[in-house]
Amino acid sequence: MQPQVIAQNFHEMPIWRTYKMDICFPRRELEHTQKYPHAKLIRLGVGDTTEPIPEIITSAMVEHAHALSTPRGYKGYGDEQGNKALRTAIAETFYRDMGVRGNEVFVSDGAQCDISRLQMLLGSNVMVAVQDPSFPAYIDTSVIVGQSGKFREETGKYENIVYMNCRPENNFFPDLSTSPKTNVIFFCSPNNPTGYAASRQQLEQLVNFAKANGSIIVYDSAYAAYITDDSPRSIFEIPGAREVAIEISSFSKFAGFTGVRLGWTVVPEELLYSNGFPLIRDFNRIVCTCFNGASNIVQAGGLACLSSEGYLALSNVVDYYMENAKILVDTFASLGLKVYGGKNAPYIWVHFPGMMSWDVFNEILEKTHILTVPGQGFGPGGEEYIRLSAFGHRECILEASRRLKNLLK
Amino acid sequence: MALMHHLSTSISSSSSAFLGQNAFNSRTQKVSVPVKNRGIPRCVATPPTEKTVYKTKVSRNENMAKLQAGYLFPEVARRRAAHLLKYPDAQVISLGIGDTTEPIPEVITAAMEKRSHALSTLEGYSGYGAEQGEKQLRAAIASTFYRDLGIAEDDIFVSDGAKCDISRLQVLFGSRVTMAVQDPSYPAYVDSSVIMGQTGQFQKDEEKYGKIEYMKCTPENGFFPDLSTVARTDVIFFCSPNNPTGAAATREQLTRLVQFAKDNGSIIVYDSAYALYMSDDNPRSIFEIPGAKEIAIETSSFSKYAGFTGVRLGWTVVPKELLFSDGFPIAKDFNRIVCTCFNGASNIPQAGGLACLSPEGLKAMYGVIDFYKENTNIIMDTFTSLGFNVYGGKNAPYVWVHFLVEARGMCSVRFLRRPTWLLLLAAVLDLAVKVLLGLVPLVTGAMS
Repeated sequence: MQPQVIAQNFHEMPIWRTYKMDICFPRRELEHTQKYPHAKLIRLGVGDTTEPIPEIITSAMVEHAHALSTPRGYKGYGDEQGNKALRTAIAETFYRDMGVRGNEVFVSDGAQCDISRLQMLLGSNVMVAVQDPSFPAYIDTSVIVGQSGKFREETGKYENIVYMNCRPENNFFPDLSTSPKTNVIFFCSPNNPTGYAASRQQLEQLVNFAKANGSIIVYDSAYAAYITDDSPRSIFEIPGAREVAIEISSFSKFAGFTGVRLGWTVVPEELLYSNGFPLIRDFNRIVCTCFNGASNIVQAGGLACLSSEGYLALSNVVDYYMENAKILVDTFASLGLKVYGGKNAPYIWVHFPGMMSWDVFNEILEKTHILTVPGQGFGPGGEEYIRLSAFGHRECILEASRRLKNLLK
Repeated sequence: MALMHHLSTSISSSSSAFLGQNAFNSRTQKVSVPVKNRGIPRCVATPPTEKTVYKTKVSRNENMAKLQAGYLFPEVARRRAAHLLKYPDAQVISLGIGDTTEPIPEVITAAMEKRSHALSTLEGYSGYGAEQGEKQLRAAIASTFYRDLGIAEDDIFVSDGAKCDISRLQVLFGSRVTMAVQDPSYPAYVDSSVIMGQTGQFQKDEEKYGKIEYMKCTPENGFFPDLSTVARTDVIFFCSPNNPTGAAATREQLTRLVQFAKDNGSIIVYDSAYALYMSDDNPRSIFEIPGAKEIAIETSSFSKYAGFTGVRLGWTVVPKELLFSDGFPIAKDFNRIVCTCFNGASNIPQAGGLACLSPEGLKAMYGVIDFYKENTNIIMDTFTSLGFNVYGGKNAPYVWVHFLVEARGMCSVRFLRRPTWLLLLAAVLDLAVKVLLGLVPLVTGAMS
């Protein structure tokens, strides 16, 4: 007799969402390379960093790994919330003058994992709002935890999730005057996939909106290091945000730690549930029960990232990717296409009016052997768009630019 | 024996080491507390006008509110810290939290150094890895631990540790399943179940959560539950060798467990994190039992084998044959969870894990395991010589000591509110320390 355990409700996810978007690509990529074995595939799809991690940082990890083989240097379990020095360094580096304290910083193995832990914390009885388009994990975890209703093929949306459309016409910022009230608002800025960084004024609107509705903002600032203008880098730059927002971030795109795994979440002490209970206490409980801390070797690397030498070295890598972004933006602009992003984020968001994004994806792949991401993978608001990531070796980016110009001119 | 006199009998509600050391700024918080009606009116000075603090309109997750106290081990850590404040010169020996103390063998750390360095080079840099884990490591785990058991590389999901996997499994199962646990057991099974909403409220008189089936494991039943008295549940968490009792289930017992699960259409989540500590000839994996692949998931860890408690690496095995009632393969859903709620274990620990499973690495790991096993013998002998009933220790690095309150005339320590059974707490060993003083170098844990 096989287990009489009921299947979970997230079986109803449509097939293109069955796995994280990135997982579709190995299959599609494999098909393509089998068809064109001699084509040099350029991967501008998955937002995966490509440049080596500066040695100042990897040597800290080497040193820590070595220390673990010595009686003096060996360490066992660390604090689940993270190494104290690292928590303090994060608070001082990214939240200077914003009142964020080390004890409000929870070090993790990455923003994607934190998003799930936050969803477990919030439970199934909350309703969430997401930007449309947005990073799929907010919606997918919402479905898995049981916050959403059924998926509707005709709209491409789940019931009981509010999709806040972000498009050029509204300056990639939702019209909050028409947005329904929800318990939680996921907001990513600079945005994946559109690349748009919300302005101070827009974030003030968002905080006021949350305050008026008693909602909690989960602010994803994983790409803040890529901002080149004076857009806010943290939600906590906005007055009043400490009472309504949690911020998640990551070393992935900032330090090339996509495989190394390190991130953090800030939960201000002032953030209270409706009964006055501090959210930070429950999040701490989740972290202690469902997690066992980020790897100590990796945390040593994180601390080195935040040294002045480490930070400078990483800024150079970020600049390198942003030069890539400029090349891609210029490529599409020169072809007369409407291109967005690329200025405050390593993502380029290109509009192909009237076309299905999977069709554009297929054509680009077929004709230029460049992998991109169809916008529809980020929500119905992504239809007609393609996302390219600026992560890549310079020569690949230049080659991609040449091929795209040939195809689209 | 005045062992317990300095132990506090109350469990703090803010029970993590973190919270204990760093009180929140309570000036700006207004937490509603139940007001006790004393029946006699009292005159009190009118307090100054309190500043109204902003509260969101989001209700607290009622499942979190069900949890009785902080997670167990941070509470132990908090008490250790409190003890040190009270007795700053005390040479505390930490035999409480199961934290490894011995350095990691160099063959393993060298692999992690190498991988760390490679990330700074063009040829050696790698970004996102497969969420399920690096292929070579998955293959090595399958061939090292599950050789000839029909478990393939793609049945293995590498993780950042068993505790994290337990929660991901709970997310997979959802809130509508019922679960059974051994009693006593590792707290994460129950706590994650409460958080997921699988349980009822905590019943203070029984010290149990509603809707959880607690399967009693005592010396009288050989630390294996009487399955004839256990109600059917969807999921059964079973840890062997057991934390905390140290009991290792026999082949015969596990065969009965597998049959029980099969008869009831249940899923066993088998925690084998201490399997390599086994001295007896008991099964090291549930998959040694015929039929287990259709009803069991197994979770394990490098924590206690390789001293990876801080490095973070583990794995979970989900056989392809394991199906939900509608025939949907559980591995597919677990893969989805792993891809959505996780992003893979760090590549550096994974390089270390691969080195652990090399012939040299395995030999070195067994060397450290043997060291801890010798420690365990010393502790067992100590308590046995003092006339206590001592369990465990033979197949696990835990010694389970019975303190009969009435017989010994000691005041009971209501830790976990179970007066007759105690874990070894650092303070409890106050007397044992004196006995062990001559052997301290071998037993020393994390000294203050």
